[in-house]
Amino acid sequence: MVLMGLVLLAIGYALGLYFLGSSTYGLILALVVWGVMNLVAVFQGDSILLGLSKAKKISRDDMPRLYNVVEEMKIASGLEKMPDIYIIDDPALNAFATGRNPDKAAVAVTAGLLQKLNRDELQGVIGHEMAHVKNRDVLLMAIAGVLLGTIVILAWYGTRIMFFSSMGGGRRSSSGGGGQGQIIILIVAIVLMILAPILAQFIYFAVSRKREYLADASSALYTRYPEGLASALEKLGASTSQLKSANKATAPMFIINPFRKKGRAATDLSSTHPPISERVRILRSMAGGASYFDYEEAYGEVRGKGRRLMPASAISAAGAVGLRAAQPEGPVAEPGRLERARETSDLLWRKSNYKAIRCECGTKLRVPPKFKAPTIRCPHCGRVNKV
Amino acid sequence: MGTAGYVIIGIVVILIVAFVGIYNTLVRKRNQVRNAWAQIDVQLKRRYDLIPNLVETAKGYMKHERETLEAVTNARNLAQQAGAAGVGARAKVEGELSSVLSRLLAVAENYPDLKANQNFLALQEELSSTENKIGFSRQFYNDSVLRYNNQTQVFPSNVVAGMTGFKAEEFFEVTVAEEREAIKVSFT
Repeated sequence: MVLMGLVLLAIGYALGLYFLGSSTYGLILALVVWGVMNLVAVFQGDSILLGLSKAKKISRDDMPRLYNVVEEMKIASGLEKMPDIYIIDDPALNAFATGRNPDKAAVAVTAGLLQKLNRDELQGVIGHEMAHVKNRDVLLMAIAGVLLGTIVILAWYGTRIMFFSSMGGGRRSSSGGGGQGQIIILIVAIVLMILAPILAQFIYFAVSRKREYLADASSALYTRYPEGLASALEKLGASTSQLKSANKATAPMFIINPFRKKGRAATDLSSTHPPISERVRILRSMAGGASYFDYEEAYGEVRGKGRRLMPASAISAAGAVGLRAAQPEGPVAEPGRLERARETSDLLWRKSNYKAIRCECGTKLRVPPKFKAPTIRCPHCGRVNKV
Repeated sequence: MGTAGYVIIGIVVILIVAFVGIYNTLVRKRNQVRNAWAQIDVQLKRRYDLIPNLVETAKGYMKHERETLEAVTNARNLAQQAGAAGVGARAKVEGELSSVLSRLLAVAENYPDLKANQNFLALQEELSSTENKIGFSRQFYNDSVLRYNNQTQVFPSNVVAGMTGFKAEEFFEVTVAEEREAIKVSFT
């Protein structure tokens, strides 16, 4: 983050030096642009994100199971306020969290996720999203994203203006006088304009990947059951459908990269998310317990010794943490895949104001909100039902 | 006033600032423990509210499980009466309630009619989720207690804690043996 800020300041400095004759103006310009964009992102970001994803807000009665899992994770993470829950009508498997602070948080899951994951897996995914909320990753990534955007915009305009003003004969060269110095500044500025966006992107992606590992670690700590998230990630990775409503700016908030392609290199510097196989391997290597210390150990084991994820102070803060067993399948009412799919699709129809009528023959009729007639004939058995 | 005077004043100011800082940290951590305890309490009360409904629904179907149902009701009433007791005493009765409740849900598996009852399914989801929430709030409470107790015991904050009366808090431990044991599966 600090590094990215320095890149922004450098580009502002170069712009100012070249066009405005004063580096200070350039710095101020860069900071003002960044500040304005931040305000928009921080105060409008969640509604923009949820609007873009066509998410529908649900209440406890709409889907008690999802609501309960979110509440469980809210309690485990120690958040004070229950986040809003949204559901995205999309068969892809994904989830994201948003909200500029923990009091204004929201989590969104896709319909596909609700259908495919069992309770333990869902808990792992929600735990991961809660960790993003709790660690304030949403705010961090919003600011980092805006920083990246500002750098790209400034560099873009910078190179264009530079190009055209040099075509027009160089207005500034008359006031400068020192030809040698002018050329050096020009070269430095051009190099910076080209490198800055690339550099900023790499930093942005590195920050994003690190926050993903941290959220995985927190999810394991909250649920005391890393296997849940690991097996959920496996299912998410195996599914091929891409989320239609995601875009580049919102990508870091999802649990897995919504744009991932098959057969991509395992370690990719230009990805917002670490490779799923590696995340799964780390979670599965947490044999000793569910604490940050155990995750850190597993992280070192999988990614090579000497690689650190967390500062020592964060690890030593908590004591040893045991793992729990899987949810027993019997006593806990765990709906099977078919029931989950039915439950989810019923919810989505209901949310679109469709009325469900059960015909005597067992057929379920869905009546669209625009349907005005008082009765409807069952297409299966021919009985006339009241609407 | 000489240099020594200023040095003494400086040291006193630093000590006061440090004292206030440590005191505030202790207050914050103790508040978190209390807040976490309130969270457990909310979930335990929720469980007291759910159990009579569950027993009422199950009664019609489980004619031969009168004893199990009575054990659940009794354990619930005992737990509710212990509401004002200390952390340790409550953990004990609540642990017992958890174990008789899981026994009830296990025998419910033998009654297909009961399992098909929508009302029972909804109650079961609520109850098992409440069990989870009790577990997670206990987890958060114990973490908070650990952090707070550490703070009251390490130097230099133990000095401040001793002067201002911060005492170590009790963990909410599950004392019932059954919950600790692994589930045994028999194929006979």
